[in-house]
Amino acid sequence: MKAQDTLLYLDGVSVSFDGFRAINNLSLVLQTGEMRAIIGPNGAGKTTMMDIITGKTKPDAGDVYFNGEVDLTRHDEAEIALLGIGRKFQKPTVFESHTVEDNLVLALSGPRSAFSALFHRQSANEAERIEDILYTIRLNGKRDWLAANLSHGQKQWLEIGMLLAQDPKLLLVDEPVAGMTDAETAETAKLLREIAKTRSVLVVEHDMHFVRELDVKVTCLHEGSVLAEGSLDFVSNDQRVIEVYLGR
Amino acid sequence: MITQWFFTHVDRRGGIAIALLVAIALLVPLSNLLLPQTSPLHIPTYLVSLIGKYLTYALLAVALDLVWGFCGILSLGHGAFFALGGYAMGMYLMRQIGPRGVYADPVLPDFMVFLNWKELPWFWHGFDNFWFAALMVVLVPGALAFGFGWLAFRSRVTGVYLSIITQALTYALLLAFFRNDMGFGGNNGLTDFKDILGFNIQAGTTRSMLFAATALFLALAVFVSSFIIRSKLGKVLVGVRDAESRMRFLGYRVDRYKLFVWTISAMMAGIAGALYVPQVGIINPSEFEPANSIEAVIWVAVGGRGTIIGPIIGAVLVNFGKTYFTAAFPEIWLFALGALFIIVTLFLPKGILGLYGSWRTKLADRAARKKDSAPPPVAAENVHLPEPQAAE
Ligand SMILES: Nc1ncnc2c1ncn2[C@@H]1O[C@H](COP(=O)(O)OP(=O)(O)OP(=O)(O)O)[C@@H](O)[C@H]1O
Ligand SMILES: [Mg+2]
Repeated sequence: MKAQDTLLYLDGVSVSFDGFRAINNLSLVLQTGEMRAIIGPNGAGKTTMMDIITGKTKPDAGDVYFNGEVDLTRHDEAEIALLGIGRKFQKPTVFESHTVEDNLVLALSGPRSAFSALFHRQSANEAERIEDILYTIRLNGKRDWLAANLSHGQKQWLEIGMLLAQDPKLLLVDEPVAGMTDAETAETAKLLREIAKTRSVLVVEHDMHFVRELDVKVTCLHEGSVLAEGSLDFVSNDQRVIEVYLGR
Repeated sequence: MITQWFFTHVDRRGGIAIALLVAIALLVPLSNLLLPQTSPLHIPTYLVSLIGKYLTYALLAVALDLVWGFCGILSLGHGAFFALGGYAMGMYLMRQIGPRGVYADPVLPDFMVFLNWKELPWFWHGFDNFWFAALMVVLVPGALAFGFGWLAFRSRVTGVYLSIITQALTYALLLAFFRNDMGFGGNNGLTDFKDILGFNIQAGTTRSMLFAATALFLALAVFVSSFIIRSKLGKVLVGVRDAESRMRFLGYRVDRYKLFVWTISAMMAGIAGALYVPQVGIINPSEFEPANSIEAVIWVAVGGRGTIIGPIIGAVLVNFGKTYFTAAFPEIWLFALGALFIIVTLFLPKGILGLYGSWRTKLADRAARKKDSAPPPVAAENVHLPEPQAAE
């Protein structure tokens, strides 16, 4: 497979922490417009893979390309974010001492220089986009709440809203439904499917009901490399996947 | 028009503080200069200078709060920027002495004659001009902070490590300024000033004007801080304080934001030092003492970090306490200061003003939640809404 016509291209990627290989010769390809679910046991390297894609961790070996041509290993977090890769963390991280609305204001795509921020005035267009996002993530009634006061599930949604505000080409979503009720989980699946109509999404999740509802191609990671890849039914019938992950 | 512009950048509390500072900038000199000494409202000159000194400390505290309270950069070396601003002003005041020094050299300050120097070192040139010196008051601390911050923030030095190197910075300057061959008067520093802008520095009117200038600069610092904090840049800074790496993943160059606010803060501290020196009449290397920078941190903590106004209250109260205690019970002052810091850290994490502020925000937040707790009608028919946790 050539890197050229892919959105995200990882080939032979490895990274070690103090001699421990967290990612081991990992190869993974995501097409433009695709949504992919990543599953795998704890410690499989799912979060570390996202760290590599977003520039937080530099790989020891291997290629990481975005949009077929941008070598992500040569850019830092801020540059990669501006290239159009947004990320939701495993542990929801919103700005707790800011209001829900200000969290979105900060995430909203636009100039990022200190000078422009000092004299920034919200435009009508920006206000409208924030309104839209608040509605999409169902927090329109809580715009003036401090983010610290949101429930766990609401924080997860606010973070997804911040991702939308960034207007990225690729969304990396790490365990979005952890700690959510069944109803919230179903809503989140619906929201992600909606988002995936216009963007590419990589979503890590342990919740198999949720993965089934996403109804997309699944990649199972184990010990830092791909164990199986295909439809959920195909992957979940794989003997090795059952052994290391589903069977436990 | 102007009031509207003013109040988009300053909140009510900041507005009140600025109004009060402008008022005392007018009233204190009037009372000192116009009221007869027998009047109960007369403020004696020594008190004008004493309060003026406290206000320069308050300005230093506001500068420190800007980086510590709002951006999470705990500087244990802000005294260095204060002292550098002070030295720049001191150099101007030395050059003003002219031939009136003990050795009556028209150009060289006394200590240089004493050291047998024949000409003025290059870095003393220009300081006979007030405006050049005034420029150096902000440029020198600003340039040092910029260089230091550029290195530290780019290599992502944060937290305790950053605090330690700021402390090392002021300590290194302390040692350097102690040396006679540095050309800043060594151990004795710069003193015996005669006049400033042609006015006798001891005169009551000059003292009153210095006081007024300090109060006005403090008001300006409150305005500048408010302007920064209420802008989107201020929101980014608070975001950096609370979740720095998250801010990076949103595409912000965190190091540049830090560098901006750090440099502004150092310049404010430099101005504070420049106003301090003519009012106390001396600047020497002890101003670089690490303990001074740590005291400034205590003022901010006591008044309330991240509140802009709190540090002013903290600086003035703690220094009144210091003046009183060091006279009445000199041996217990340091213990009192230490105890104060522990009490504030344990029981008043947001300081005096934070106590009041958190009570206010709690009320506002409760009101907002009461208003919003009904589910929005649009979403209700097809969407499950997570229930608000705290619907108390
Ligand atoms: N910065 C780091 N330093 C040392 N070890 C690390 C670091 N980051 C990750 N690891 C290790 O790498 C392995 C993979 O971790 P990772 O967080 O990627 O797993 P994961 O698949 O996301 O697991 P989970 O499902 O529990 O979130 C783990 O053993 C972890 O301890
Ligand atoms: Mg993980």
